[in-house]
Order: sequence, then C-alpha cells, then structure tokens
Amino acid sequence: MSTQPFHLAIALEGTGWHPASWREPGARPGDQFGADFWVDQVREAENGLATFVTIEDGFTAARVPGDEGRTDRAQGRLDATLVAQRVGPATEHLGIVPTVIATHTEPFHVSTQIATLDWVTSGRAGQRIKVSADPREAALFGRRDPGAESRESLFDEAADHVEVQRRLWDSWEDDAEIRDVATGRFVDRDKLHYIDFVGSHFAVRGPSITPRPPQGQPIVTALAHVEDAYRLAARAADVVFTTPDGAGRDGPTGDAATTLAAARDAERAVGRTGDPLVVVGDLLVLLDDDAASARAQLTRLDGTVPLRTDAAVLAGSVADLADTLESWAAAGLAGARLRPAVAANDLPRITRELAPELARRGLTRSAWGEPGSLRDLLGLPHPTDRYAHA
Amino acid sequence: MSDKPRKQIHLAAHFPGVNNTTVWGDPASGSHIAFSSFRHFAQTAERAKFDFLFLAEGLRLREQAGKIYDLDVMGRPDNVSILMAMAAVTDRIGLAGTVNSTFNEPLDVARKLASLDHLSGGRAAWNVVTSWDEFTGENFRRGGYLPKDKRYLRAQEMLSTAQTLWDSWDSDGIVADAASGEFLRRPDEGAFEVHSDQFDISGRFPLPRSPQGRPVIIQAGDSEEGREFAAHSADAIFTRHAEFSAGQEFYADVKARLATFGRRHEDLKILPAATFVLGDTEEEAAENARQVQYQQVGPATAIAFAEQVWNLDLSDVDPDGPVPSFDPKTEDDVDSGGHISKGRASVRMYRDPVATANEWRELGEAENLSLREVVIRKNGRHTFVGTPQRVADTIDRFVQEDASDGFVLVPHITPGGMDAFADQVVPLLQEKGSFRTDYEGTTLRDHLGLSPLRSDALAQS
Repeated sequence: MSTQPFHLAIALEGTGWHPASWREPGARPGDQFGADFWVDQVREAENGLATFVTIEDGFTAARVPGDEGRTDRAQGRLDATLVAQRVGPATEHLGIVPTVIATHTEPFHVSTQIATLDWVTSGRAGQRIKVSADPREAALFGRRDPGAESRESLFDEAADHVEVQRRLWDSWEDDAEIRDVATGRFVDRDKLHYIDFVGSHFAVRGPSITPRPPQGQPIVTALAHVEDAYRLAARAADVVFTTPDGAGRDGPTGDAATTLAAARDAERAVGRTGDPLVVVGDLLVLLDDDAASARAQLTRLDGTVPLRTDAAVLAGSVADLADTLESWAAAGLAGARLRPAVAANDLPRITRELAPELARRGLTRSAWGEPGSLRDLLGLPHPTDRYAHA
Repeated sequence: MSDKPRKQIHLAAHFPGVNNTTVWGDPASGSHIAFSSFRHFAQTAERAKFDFLFLAEGLRLREQAGKIYDLDVMGRPDNVSILMAMAAVTDRIGLAGTVNSTFNEPLDVARKLASLDHLSGGRAAWNVVTSWDEFTGENFRRGGYLPKDKRYLRAQEMLSTAQTLWDSWDSDGIVADAASGEFLRRPDEGAFEVHSDQFDISGRFPLPRSPQGRPVIIQAGDSEEGREFAAHSADAIFTRHAEFSAGQEFYADVKARLATFGRRHEDLKILPAATFVLGDTEEEAAENARQVQYQQVGPATAIAFAEQVWNLDLSDVDPDGPVPSFDPKTEDDVDSGGHISKGRASVRMYRDPVATANEWRELGEAENLSLREVVIRKNGRHTFVGTPQRVADTIDRFVQEDASDGFVLVPHITPGGMDAFADQVVPLLQEKGSFRTDYEGTTLRDHLGLSPLRSDALAQS
C-alpha cells in the first residue's frame, strides 16, 4: 500500500479541542447546535482535501466531569450520527465518521443508522466505536451499574456490537432485490440471511431492515492508548487512532513507531486476518505564524482553562507540523487525525496552509478525483459478503 | 357557510411503505433506498407546501409461514437518519418519524429528536408507538417482552420522560458570551430525575431547548386508549377513518375530549391516511385505479392475504379460483406469536377470522368473484379516485365539514408518486383558499397552527 497517500483527517469537536476555544474570535459558540456551524466546518475540511472527518460524541451535558456545576465551560452535544446525516448531502468527497457509544446503544439501530449514512453519502460512512465507563452516562440510561463491570467486559461488548453491525450489513446480499414481476417477488429471500448472533451481552437475530450499504462494510475506527483498546481495534476496526508521544490511562504511549508496533502486536495477539489496520496518529494542534507565537497562544488559553489531553500537543508553525507529519509517515503511520485546538483558527490553517504544504511535499493528494467511497480513499477493497454462496 | 372562515387543510406526504400499497413492478417505480429517491420525494412535497414528510419505522423484516415475506417492497433506511439527511435538501417542510417506545431508551430518543429539531431549524415530529411482539424484540438487546398492560404505560412514560428532558433547559439556557465567559445561564441546565415504573434515570440532558421547544407529537391510534392518549398529549393523530361519516364521528369524539385536558380545538390535528389515483376524466381515473389495484394484489399477494386470515398455508389454492370453502384456523392468537404472519400489525384487525372468511366467501359467491378479486375488493380500495378537480373538492369537503383536518397521503409509486398531486391537485386547493400558497412560518408547529407550548407561555407571562 505504499502508493497510498498519507491521510489527513480532522477531528471535529464543537469550537475546538481547547476548553477555552469557545471564547476565541470567530468561534460562534452560540451556533454550535445549528446545522450551518457543522456544514461550514465539514466543507472547510473537504476543501482541505481531508480524507475524513470524525465527530465526537457523548451523552452527558458537561464534556468532562470537572465541568459539572460550572457556567463557564462550553456544554451540550448534538447526536454525532445525526450531525453526520445532516452534513453528508452537503459534501461529496470526504468520509464522515461519527462517534458511536457501544455501551448504551442497540447494535441493530446503529447498524441501520450507519448503513443509512452510507446510502446518503454514496459510500462515505464510517464510525468511531467507543466504550463508556462513565457513571454519569450510565445514570442517564439507568440500566446497568458501570462499577460492577470490568473494562475488559466493556471492550468485549463493543467488539460484539461491531460484529453484529457487520453481520447485519452483510445480511442482504448486494443482488437480493430482484423485482421479479412474473412471480411477484421483490427480493430473493435466499439472499437475505439471519445473523443469529449470540454473545454474552446480547443476542440479535437479523436480517437487517436496510439493504447492504454501498461500501458493503462501512469503515469502523477506534481510538487506542492501552492494550484493551488496541485489541478491540484489531478485532473489530479498519482504522485505529493512536496517540504518538501522548499519554493514556497507563502512562506514556510512546512515539509513532511504538504505537504502530502496538497495533501490529495486537493484530497478532487476536489473530487478525485480512487487511491490516490503517494506523493513524492523533495530534492536537495549535498553529500560528511561528512556534513562539503559537506557544504564547497556548499559554494564554491555558491561563483561562488548562488543557488536558491524551494526544500530544503541537503548538507551532505549519512547517513544524508538516515536519512532524512527515516523520510520522517515515515511521510508517498511514495518516494523522488532527484535533484543532481552536477550530476558528486551526481548521483553516490546516486546510489552507498545511494541506497545500503536505501536497507540495508529495505526502498527500493535491486534488480530489472523481467522488468515490471512503474505502476507496483508504485503499481498502470492496469486501465480499460473508453470506454469499460461491 | 359564507361567514365561517375556511379551515386550512394540512397535508403530509408518507414515503411509500413496505406493504402492498406500494407498487414496485411499475416501470415508473424507482429505488426505495437510494438517497436520490428521498430527495425527489421531499423536494416535491416541499414544492407543494405540504406540512410534513412522514416515514414509518422498520425493526424486523416480516415473515409468513416461517419465511421472510418477499412479495412487498422491503429494505429501508433508519427513518430518523434519513429525515435528517432530507433536512439538508429542504428548508421548511416538517420531518416526522415513528419511533417506538419498546426498543429505545428515553435519553437516546429525546436526544435524537431534539438533534433533529436543532439541525432542521424546528421541523421535527415524533410518532409515538408501542411494539407488542417478541418477534421484533429478537433484534434488540432489551428483547421484546412487555406484558400487555405495560405497553401503553411504557409509551406514556417514554413520552412524558422525553418531555421532561426537552423542558430541562431554560429557553435562554445558552448564553455563550465570550467577553464575560458565561456559557450557561445556570450551572444545572438540563438537570432531571425520573423515577417511574419503567425508568429510573437522572443526570443532565445534553441538549439545549430546541427551536420548537419540543418536537411535534403524533399519536396513531383509533382505540379508546389511543384517543385518550392523543387528546392528552398529542399535536396530531393518525387514523384509519378516511370515510366521510366515520371520519366525522371520530373527529367529533376526539375533539370533544380536548377540553377535559384544557386544550383548544385547534391543538390536535386529525389526519387520516389516504391514497389517491388521478385521471384526466372520471373514467380514466377509475380505469387507472383498477389497474393499480391489480398491481397491488398480484396472484401471490392474494394467496398471502388469504393466509393471513386463514392462518394456514394456502400455497396450493388457486388465486383465480373461488374463496376456500373450509374455515380458518383460529387457535393461534397474533399476540401470542403463534400466527402464520409475523411482524404485521394489520393482521390484528382479523379478530374474528371465521366471520371474515364467511364475508369473503359470500362476496365471491354473490358476484362470482375469484379469491384474488375478493381480496382486491376487500383490501385494495383507494381513498380518492377522480380528476384533480374531483379529488380537490372531496378533500376540501372532508376538512370544511369536520371529517378531518387534512390527510397523510400515501402514493403508490416511489419516488414520483406525489408529483401529479403536487402539480394538479394542490393548485386547486390553493385556489379555494383552503391551502397555503407558501409557508408562513419556519417550524412545523407554525405550519400546523399549534398554540405556543404551555411551558413557554408560562415563561413569557
């Protein structure tokens, strides 16, 4: 896959990843529950030739636990999958990857929601699968006690959640619809399949209500800092986000090469077959004309609210960032998912300055081709249907 | 008549569903899943200034005699998801979807519908339904079983909990003042607690109050329980009563209940489901209608319908022969899951299958009709058949004479089945002064002419 470009992805999170970002010029904090705010950001990312955008999600009003009881932090969230459906028809090239919380959702519903996104975008749908051990989220659903469940169990459940989704996507063969007027049959029911999934957390019968989506299998992604999460990615995902030079629950995550090796180790540990994980590094970025100004900006923002982050922070110039990404490409990472600290500043810096610089260096695409699928953009083949005979 | 102001007609467009009403074998019939079909349908209905689009919900493919039912259109998107995407290609039309209370949790449902309302600028509506069968529950982690007396309870608690969540933020809860650093009006915006029979939840709802305050609430139900529920909590009611005199009775009954709950006559819109077939002359329309009926009930569908009544495998029966002379099997109740047909609400109408079979047989003998012809007579009727003028006159009469407030129109062709209605019937309704020539407001509540929400009214007083 050496012919693949280095992938530039952008992680959208309201007004930006820095908790002080909502007060910055141009942040539009009062607009973030309306459609235009999201359409503008996703179109900006598409104009910057990003392979895909991700959209964060969570069920709680406060985005981090420490924000409860405060009035000075940006709070509230739209359903990320619906944001994706709304921006889908407003774009035509890039992939759209909303976050899905496996712990509190029905795999059947999520499967048809993502399949629908794939139909709406002609094959540009993905998802980021996530577990929730947050007791605040559990209380919103009132159905389980997170304290009584191990992390291992939550990750196992998420892998089952994705397995059910994948089986449901394949439960209609691509040519199941026949419209045979002579016999009155709309479908060939031999090409519809019960999935009969039975796991320790749930059982799902199938088939789906939604025909197999254009990509066959929409893209599944997962963020990993620790072994549980790497294994989830290796079992269930197509793309894994790592945090080179960042920090996870168990401490430093290591450099780009280390995270790549962790992904490959996890693949071996779970016996992954088929395409290897596309390994994409996460980086939180704050860009300015030069490194000193960028660092000064970060210090100023941190003075309002200190930034806490799992991903490494790069406060620097566009050239500094391009150098880092070039080193990641050299280390074997397939791409980078950039988290703009202040969307109003850093998103246009990424799309209008970084993207042309990466293209000039021969790392990334320099223009969009004909619209295609997210699998096409990632260099992944159209998968055969697991239930198709011969 | 002259001094009474004309009632305004409310129209909804139902994207053709997964039953035999939808004709898939016609050369004009296009994709039921491609987004281009949904865009076409939505833009036609918006061009015609309809109040809203409506999509039913899919949870499991239907089965008959232990096999997936393969005769009808099937394969559909998640309805709230596709409504959200349709918001991207329209500006004003309302977006209504069915979401059942059994296989969902209130936080998720309330958040999805509030997101739809925020991201569409105030156009969301929720048709609240209950699910009754374990068959559907096999696709869900929480399963399907709810004792009969808990189904309405769960639906009522789901709705009242969702309303609690939607009301949990002040309407000006988001300040977002960069200069002062105040983002929230109060630190506990969204705080709620619900401890009821079905739910035990607490925390803070993640979304500020949406443009409509709350999405519009629709209730489908002709039963006593359904009428009472709608009179108490719904903004619109879907009904099967699309015949004039039955419609007037239903209308009077439901509207009379509103005062008990302190609601105005205008606060609940009564919208029967209706089909239509047009023609340039009455004769042509009648002939078109006849052809559509034969498309809707092909030989295999006629047998399948008979099986739903007889509760037996009738694959050896000739659809062009007489109605079977033997009686239906009656021991398997639809609710118990033993019936030949699974996942189909309409089968529950055959409460007395022996009587139904006798009616069919008598009709067949009296008029010398084949089984297929009997099924067509019993199931294939269109609500409105005629020239555009005739159909417009009939719809207007229903509304002006209080048999309904309008209709949910179900075309039989995807995606172009609403085009002729938009082009030929709507202008005639507009000429009468009974239907808007443009949207006057931006939200679905505006289109439906509903009162301001009580909590908003309180906040303003």
